[in-house]
Amino acid sequence: MSDTTSWRGWLLSDTPTSRRHAKLSALYQGWLSFRSNTMAMFGLGILVTLILIALAAPLLAPHDPFVQNLGNRLAPLGTEGHVLGTDSLGRDILSRLIYGSRITLYIVALVALIAPIAGLLVGTVSGYAGGWIDVVLMRITDIFLAFPRLVLALAFVAALGAGIENAVLAISLTAWPPYARIARAETLTIRSSDYIAAIRLQGAGALRIITRHIWPLCISSLIVRVTLDMAGIILAAAGLGFLGLGAQPPSPEWGAMISEGRRFILDHWWVATMPGLAIFTVSLAFNLLGDGLRDVLDPKSSEK
Amino acid sequence: MNLLDVENLWVRFPSRRGVFDAVRGVSFTLGRERLGIVGESGSGKSMTGRAILRLIRPPGIVTADQISLEGVDLMKKSEREMRSVRGQRISMVMQDPKFSLNPVMTIGNQIIEAYRLHNRASKSEAYAKSLEMLEAVSIRDPERVMRAYPHEMSGGMGQRIMIAMMLIPNPEILIADEPTSALDVSVQRQVLDIMDRLVKERGMGLIFISHDLNLVADFCDRVLIMYAGRIVEICDADKLHDAQHPYTRGLLNSLPRLDAPKDRLEVLQRDPEWADADSVSGRV
Amino acid sequence: MSMLQIEKLNVWFGAGRDRVDAVKGAGFTVEQGASFGLVGESGSGKSTILRAITGLAPDWSGTITVDGKQISKARVKTFYKTVQMVFQDPYASLHPRHSVDQVLGETLHLHGFRDIDTRVVKLLDDVGLGQKFRFRYPHQLSGGQRQRVAIARALAPEPQLLLLDEPTSALDVSVQAEILNLLTDLRKDRGLTYLMVSHDLSVVGHMCERLAVMKDGEIVEIMDVAALRGMQATHPYSQHLLEASI
Repeated sequence: MSDTTSWRGWLLSDTPTSRRHAKLSALYQGWLSFRSNTMAMFGLGILVTLILIALAAPLLAPHDPFVQNLGNRLAPLGTEGHVLGTDSLGRDILSRLIYGSRITLYIVALVALIAPIAGLLVGTVSGYAGGWIDVVLMRITDIFLAFPRLVLALAFVAALGAGIENAVLAISLTAWPPYARIARAETLTIRSSDYIAAIRLQGAGALRIITRHIWPLCISSLIVRVTLDMAGIILAAAGLGFLGLGAQPPSPEWGAMISEGRRFILDHWWVATMPGLAIFTVSLAFNLLGDGLRDVLDPKSSEK
Repeated sequence: MNLLDVENLWVRFPSRRGVFDAVRGVSFTLGRERLGIVGESGSGKSMTGRAILRLIRPPGIVTADQISLEGVDLMKKSEREMRSVRGQRISMVMQDPKFSLNPVMTIGNQIIEAYRLHNRASKSEAYAKSLEMLEAVSIRDPERVMRAYPHEMSGGMGQRIMIAMMLIPNPEILIADEPTSALDVSVQRQVLDIMDRLVKERGMGLIFISHDLNLVADFCDRVLIMYAGRIVEICDADKLHDAQHPYTRGLLNSLPRLDAPKDRLEVLQRDPEWADADSVSGRV
Repeated sequence: MSMLQIEKLNVWFGAGRDRVDAVKGAGFTVEQGASFGLVGESGSGKSTILRAITGLAPDWSGTITVDGKQISKARVKTFYKTVQMVFQDPYASLHPRHSVDQVLGETLHLHGFRDIDTRVVKLLDDVGLGQKFRFRYPHQLSGGQRQRVAIARALAPEPQLLLLDEPTSALDVSVQAEILNLLTDLRKDRGLTYLMVSHDLSVVGHMCERLAVMKDGEIVEIMDVAALRGMQATHPYSQHLLEASI
């Protein structure tokens, strides 16, 4: 008991004694304020579960998600051995959902890596450099923003060919402009601050200022925005899957599963509903997480 | 009769590391006078001003034996009743007028709206009254100012406009929280003169919160000196320079002075006893 | 020898119809080891002069000579080894996500020092903070402590000329006394030259030997502190300022 309290005291210390101590204690304080947000913890819980499910998919799935059994097609919920029923080819829906979580996470991770980083690069360079660089980069951003997201993604997929990687690429290409806008707006305020002036007076170059001083401050608001957008990204991926332009059959991507179930939606509602519920749950979890992260990461609210 | 009677006021903020007491058992009364509250940042002086109007947001907690406005305890009023006290009977002027004025509305419209909120009046009547108000705070060319937006105003002008707006409902008490700290010295003087005149003419009570000892000594009748949430000393403003408490003395001595040059300034040595001692009562 | 010499300095912002002339034809000289004050009300252009010297205000004309070398529009890296600046608001001049150690370490690194660890320790001692503040973040520091960190950062490249932009106006009076004492000691120990901007005549009177009074971008009067203390300003505006601040 006394051991845990001393750890806590060490982590909450206002007088850190080493670089590592300072980092850890900053992280711990962030974690404490995040933990006090019940809804965000709930979202985090769902996502951690999702990751665990994806990792342990072969152990958890009762059936092979690709094995067809035409004799037992469209079995209803609660059928012996098929808790969530089977689809039009007799494949176990639960197993397909479990394996599908891998695809969902794959899409989410890739988009979360590509879009915000591209936006961050464009936005901070544009905001810090100003002048004609700013004009050119922002007009390009405007052009991308002017297209409806799904339509643009459709065009990309049509050009690049259907498939999960191309779908991710298409979504990322359409998702970066808002991040560029946010990053630019933040950079403009940060650029004129005294601490940037101070580091310029030490002879620091633009590259160092952007990467070491501006990025750390932009990243938090981008992370928040990404988690809030994640629901939209999952839905866009599902949408592409639904239109047959994302993951290709027999891959158990949730959007593609809904698309398949569409034909039987009146008589066999569970085939489309179960993946729909899965998408809904994960989207909600990301939204809750994003709200919680905003409270923790927003430097304006944590500064008292 | 006292306008305001504050007894044993506490403001607490619960935090992860226990409860932080921002104001600790402060008592004072306010008559038709200019009462100064001085202290450094974190001394609880602004919190005291806000607590009187019950403007402390949760999780902050305000407790007091009483905060009586002409015999009526504000602590017992509901939030809705408080709303008619704020602005109507007790007004507050903040440090930076930029945050208190609506940036997308002309100053004229803001004053007229404030006036009509408190008085039944036609638009033209309110307009005439607003011009009068601006003239009362020594604004030349009030008609031009009425058409202007807040960002077109200098700091001193903005603060005068704020004071004009605060005075529309004819409050009995004005709480001014560092009203002149954002202003240049020469403008400072003008704004203070306006406040002084209005307080005298209307028989208002003024609580003047400031960190500037000399300014308070010059401007107020009575001064409370706060330290770590407590009142450590009370004295008449003209006798502030003979103050007894080591904290007050230390503050006065740490100021550089043109007429008494020295190589090094005196540094305040803080005594933990000052924070632990009981609050001095400022009730009369 | 003069440390800083400014002649016919004009500084402006914007262009065309939006052009604002912030400083008009300013000129003064600061001797090596001296402390010179610039006073005036907000908008008088006193801080702009500092920003023009450091290159933060890019549009200027006239001549600025630092340590005998006339400076051009583009500052060379060695310039910042001679001239450093302390900003007005210690809450805005430190990066919110960088610890004291990072702030000082990066500064030392940029100036090409090798023994960064020992120098960080020494700097913190020099500004009276000590080791226990080394790994703190700005939000764990008070205003006075932050300003000490900012002073340590300015001292890191071992400059000769320190530009002080209202270094204590955001601080409480008791903390102001500590910081002013620190600055006095540092100047004595290191033979620094100060150019200090302030709106507070008593602070300038305490810190400087000579001062210039500015109004609307122009220097209206240059006098020494004895004249200031004796209330012997000749220009009506300086007299007015003096009267207002007593």
